[in-house]
Amino acid sequence: METYSFLRNLADSWFLLAMMLGFLGLCVWAFRPGSRKTHDELANSIFRNDDRPAEANPAKKEA
Amino acid sequence: MWDYFKLIGLGLVAVLAAIAANYARDLAYQVNAITMMLAAGIAFLYVLRTAGDPRPNLQHEYFDGVIRAGAIATAFWGVVGFLVGVVIATQLAFPQLNFEFLQGYGNFGRLRPLHTSAVVFAFGGNALIMSSFYIVQRTSAARLFGGSLGWFVFWGWQLVIVLAATGYVLGATQGKEYAEPVWYVDILITVVWVAFLIAFMGTLFKRKEPHIYVANWFLLSMILTVAMLHLVNNAAIPVSIFGSAQVQLYAGVQDAMVQWWYGHNAVGFFLTAGFLGMMYYFVPKQAERPVYSYKLSIIHFWALIFLYIWAGPHHLHYTALPDWASTLGMVFSVILWMPSWGGMINGLMTLSGAWDKLRTDPIIRMMVVSIGFYGMSTFEGPMMSIKAVNSLSHYTDWTIGHVHSGALGWNGMITFGVLYYLVPRLWNRERLYSLSLVSWHFWLATIGIVLYASSMWVTGIMEGLMWREVDANGFLVNAFADTVKAKFPMYVVRALGGGLFLTGALIMCYNLWMTVRAQPQRVTRHSAVPAE
Repeated sequence: METYSFLRNLADSWFLLAMMLGFLGLCVWAFRPGSRKTHDELANSIFRNDDRPAEANPAKKEA
Repeated sequence: MWDYFKLIGLGLVAVLAAIAANYARDLAYQVNAITMMLAAGIAFLYVLRTAGDPRPNLQHEYFDGVIRAGAIATAFWGVVGFLVGVVIATQLAFPQLNFEFLQGYGNFGRLRPLHTSAVVFAFGGNALIMSSFYIVQRTSAARLFGGSLGWFVFWGWQLVIVLAATGYVLGATQGKEYAEPVWYVDILITVVWVAFLIAFMGTLFKRKEPHIYVANWFLLSMILTVAMLHLVNNAAIPVSIFGSAQVQLYAGVQDAMVQWWYGHNAVGFFLTAGFLGMMYYFVPKQAERPVYSYKLSIIHFWALIFLYIWAGPHHLHYTALPDWASTLGMVFSVILWMPSWGGMINGLMTLSGAWDKLRTDPIIRMMVVSIGFYGMSTFEGPMMSIKAVNSLSHYTDWTIGHVHSGALGWNGMITFGVLYYLVPRLWNRERLYSLSLVSWHFWLATIGIVLYASSMWVTGIMEGLMWREVDANGFLVNAFADTVKAKFPMYVVRALGGGLFLTGALIMCYNLWMTVRAQPQRVTRHSAVPAE
């Protein structure tokens, strides 16, 4: 019962807080300044390399 | 060298399976052991015949063979699963179809887990493996990791399906919903799933794109979470290593809670997160526009991950489960509505500015309807998890209707859309055989789902009301058999809806078959040098 009570208390206090903050942190991170360029680039990344793997390194742009 | 190890391993498995078949304590175990022996034997012969063959370096090509096989398997198991579904729906309407000569093998109780596992794990599982392998290679711009590991995952999964299915019919089950496979099948599932994880992660590690596209996040969370759920929920001790019976590690309400923590997250991660991964790749591809909001997709992902895992207790309202736990499950289920609809909006709005495609492209229509059903069932689910609603809906056919609007509408329709997208590309065909057949499939499937869901609403609510009806003296008015009798017409409508859905799937198979057989080859970049 000791373990149960301990985990039960942890779950609805500090751990809940930590998860909530973690989640909010991730949301804020998504809206960080400068993320728009990365996200636009990412959202369009599915439109290349359809037929075969890229040859060398990621910096190389499609012709 | 590696081939010798493979041969030794496969030979050992075949011999051990033969010994196990000899000492088997029950029929299901014996049949499974013989199946295992045959599978290992065939793999042994294949490895033996191809041992020492030169292995060309294929790093400049995608590993598409396994995805082609996955497309065939998805369509095949889909039809099998839908067919069994129609059979058991008809059995419920007309109990005479539980034939005497099939008693113990072909009656509803044996066929029902066959249906659920066939559609969820055989149809849905193959769709997920196929899509994961396709998406992770394209978005990483790299060939699938692990050489022929993809083939091991594919054939291993088919073996799991066959072992589980024959086991169910012959009576091997651990009696946990959606986790019926017995202990040795569970071990095989674990091995195959870890190989799946390695192939997927390995490809991400050697990616040539700087970032990991969001679809991969959903797919990876699906693989990891399903591994965790599977291991925890299937903790059991076999009664004998030569038998299919086992004893669960947990008892009573703990067992129930673990089961529904598993069961709901199987829906949440296998049928939702994994299929959302498909949505985030194939809907933008088919619409030829990037996803509406990449930021929203990130928030959608994390909100779904943080919330879904807590929703399981809503399956156990008004049971021995502590009140706080079921309230917790209810609250999280209701909150879950928000990210679900965020994801739905993100998928639908991807089409903004291209809504005219709905008129011309039946594949986009299929995907949009599937996202619509995703929105509908993720609204219905939270509503049904509210205790007051649940007291009416639980144990009634409403639950079955809810599951099917999600499974047929969301998972089924998006998978059909993906198959129509993939088959011409994988087989290098210019176009599908017939777009009007896609439209036929679309309407048959949609009308089928509507008939299914609405008949289950009617019968579910009716049944719930009849169960709780009391007379002036507080006595129950209806016997259970009264509700069974009253449900008959709705059961016929349900079977009819399922039949339409199955017909649509058969039309799809014909269309895809003819696409590969009769359509001209696409002129590829392999034959024409691109202007760079």
